[in-house]
Amino acid sequence: MGRRVLLIEDEPNIAEAIRFLLTRDGWHVETHADGADAVEKIAGASADLIILDVMLPGKSGMDILRELRDRDDTRDLPVLMLTARGQSRDRDMAEKAGVSRFMTKPFSNAEVLTAVRDLHAQASQT
Amino acid sequence: MARDTLTGSRIRERRQVVGFRQADLARKVGISASYLNLIEHNRRRIGGKLLVNIASALSVEPSALTEGAEAALISALREAAATDGAAIAETDRADELAGRFPGWAELLAQLFRRVNSLERTVETLSDRLTHDPNLAASLHEVLSTAAAIRSTAAILAEPGELAAEWRDRFHRNLHQDAERLAESSKSLVAYLDDTDAGEDRTGVPVEQVETFVAARGHHFAELERGEAVANVPLSELRSGAARDIARKWLDIYASDAQAMPLDRFVDALDRTGLEPMALCHEFGVDLVAVFRRLASLPEGTLPHEVGLVVCDASGSILFRKAIAGFALPRHGESCPLWPLFTALGRPLVPIRRRVWQLGRNTAEFDCLAVAWPQEMPDFNADPVYRSIMLILPVPTAERGETVPLPVGSSCRVCPSKECAARREPSVLSEGF
Repeated sequence: MGRRVLLIEDEPNIAEAIRFLLTRDGWHVETHADGADAVEKIAGASADLIILDVMLPGKSGMDILRELRDRDDTRDLPVLMLTARGQSRDRDMAEKAGVSRFMTKPFSNAEVLTAVRDLHAQASQT
Repeated sequence: MARDTLTGSRIRERRQVVGFRQADLARKVGISASYLNLIEHNRRRIGGKLLVNIASALSVEPSALTEGAEAALISALREAAATDGAAIAETDRADELAGRFPGWAELLAQLFRRVNSLERTVETLSDRLTHDPNLAASLHEVLSTAAAIRSTAAILAEPGELAAEWRDRFHRNLHQDAERLAESSKSLVAYLDDTDAGEDRTGVPVEQVETFVAARGHHFAELERGEAVANVPLSELRSGAARDIARKWLDIYASDAQAMPLDRFVDALDRTGLEPMALCHEFGVDLVAVFRRLASLPEGTLPHEVGLVVCDASGSILFRKAIAGFALPRHGESCPLWPLFTALGRPLVPIRRRVWQLGRNTAEFDCLAVAWPQEMPDFNADPVYRSIMLILPVPTAERGETVPLPVGSSCRVCPSKECAARREPSVLSEGF
């Protein structure tokens, strides 16, 4: 099985575009739109990397990230966080919660691809 | 610098205002010009008959020369220095600046207040971006749609063939998102238009209302005549919040005026003197209403001015009527020793304290305060209190009868070294 990414994003057209980009780049992409059960979904997905939106129905991306960092099986999982709120306090909050990379909308496709490749490369080296 | 050492500066200022040369004034009061020069430079103390003669020659009351009216101004200057320029401003000479150049000093104080007001506006707008859920949701919608459009359009714009199935799907997505962006943009603009309509966000609503009420001399003749509150023009108030606060204030004013008609109230004052409790009994109203009524009388009704401050249970100042010599700093920065705040700890118990504000001004004031529940008490509901304080100047002849309670204006400009209520260090190393 190739590289796997789990995309937690409730905007279907953003999810579709990212899925297309990463699939073309050789990733196996699975998408999920609900925050409420996202932690369980991530824990059972065996993904190499998570792309996580901040504003999700059911549970915020920030809360999901904190829960991931509290679990042994997901503590070190690379997480790229996407948000429309680029204020420094949100960035600080995400960094304190243990985010691997923080990206604000509207992002470019190249930025997403670069971030995903970088995070995966870093995780592979550790 | 002690209070009365500035008398000379005030004499000089007043002399220049009325256009006398030093020699002219010296001749009128029977002293030499050189001696007057020493007085004006605060190098000779002055009092007694000579002070009375000089005041008479300058057509002012002696107290205007010995006390001045610039205590609040000096306090504002020191506050400005404490906030923005302590390292460069000669804070120990603020009183001299106010005494010798009152116009420039007032301008500086006004600019300081203006800067503070603008800073509050910036904070409010910043707070709004952070905490307004409608604005946050609208912006999130716009940015998320823009992200989808940008990403999809970039895929479509790439060179090379795209499978027909994907191309059609992305075209459809692009169309959907373009429609969505148009709608969300319109919604955002409509929201901003609606909330900003006709409002100038510069200035705090409470301060706008204070300025509005002060410009009317704290007296509304139309309400005294029984006219409706709606007849009072509020167009000069720039924000909807200020107009809302003003209407509530005027409703209470109208209610007070109805309960204590002006002619009867003035008659009662003539009979009883300024005795708030007697006035309560006479009109069957509470102290709070009497305090408000006393602060809204036409100028000249009382032999002296009165000040008034109202705060809520958090200590936030809701209304201020300024009185010369008693510095009322900006909202939320007042001295916790004021009887206004003491009353909050003893609701419904009227408190009367003779106070003087630490600093250069030695004027004494009788502060009458009481805290009252804002709403009718109900079972199992904690009352929310407000507090009101009437500030009455103590006539010069009565000063010294009792030991006044020393209070400050705000910690930053208060010289008190030992104060359990101090919130933050003072910029003053010694008394004025």
